Amino acid sequence: MLLDCPAVSRYEWLLFLHLIGAFAAMGSVVVFSVLLLGGDRVAGQQLTFLGRRLWDVGGLLTLVFGIWLALDVNGYGLLDGWILAAFVLWAIAAGTGIRLGEAYSAGTGERARPLYAVMTIAVVALLVVMIYKPGA
Amino acid sequence: MSIAAVRPDSWNFPLLLHVLGAMVLVALLAVAAVVLSAALRSDDRAAALRLAFRTLLIGAIPAYLVMRVGAEWVASKENLEDADFAWINIGYSVADGGLLVLIVMTVLAGLASRRAKRGGAPSGLVRWANGLALLLIVAYAVALWAMASKPT
Repeated sequence: MLLDCPAVSRYEWLLFLHLIGAFAAMGSVVVFSVLLLGGDRVAGQQLTFLGRRLWDVGGLLTLVFGIWLALDVNGYGLLDGWILAAFVLWAIAAGTGIRLGEAYSAGTGERARPLYAVMTIAVVALLVVMIYKPGA
Repeated sequence: MSIAAVRPDSWNFPLLLHVLGAMVLVALLAVAAVVLSAALRSDDRAAALRLAFRTLLIGAIPAYLVMRVGAEWVASKENLEDADFAWINIGYSVADGGLLVLIVMTVLAGLASRRAKRGGAPSGLVRWANGLALLLIVAYAVALWAMASKPT
């Protein structure tokens, strides 16, 4: 089957890469959830590696391509309220996510539940802000 | 430069459900793939396979349902249920075919878990389930590309 498929625009590439990053960032939260629910006793090392790398890739892609999108799309600006809110939530998610990964690598993940809770709330709130775009 | 498009507020919640379900689903497929790989080398193979099975049964299948219900809901909001666009057809094909693969994978993981509990070494079942998990992740990446670029 041939698709009537025009060349993919820059906006579509930027959005796709931004979304890949968002999937990876949320994936990191899901992996840490599985670790907290007992996954650390079965495949702790492998899941910790996966959770940390997903945040590294997801955090980087969402930030870089999110900024690029904000600059590229007419009608969005880096100083829009919802984009500033996203920056704050991203910083909270990054700070807690990196420390949570380090805690699991050090074998003290069980004691990092508050970090997990904050990271989860920040990433879910990021998704809500990205979809609802309050004030846009 | 592209122009910002703002969708009606009533589309946001179904879209949130769809995207959140898809994100959790793909992440749990990655978890299952990693745990299945770990099971091949683990001393406690039965526990690893039980975790992979439960991840798919209790996590991935409900996440799939949330993703699929969200997709149908947002399509009805946008009056796209009967639309013949390539990006929608790709989405439906991957979602519907993906459910079949997900069910097969869950059954394979369940059988492998049961055999391992009895002391067996179900390497073949584990490798098949692992391969299907990786295949589904690639398929969902293609669906994500279709959702982002919306080919007609």
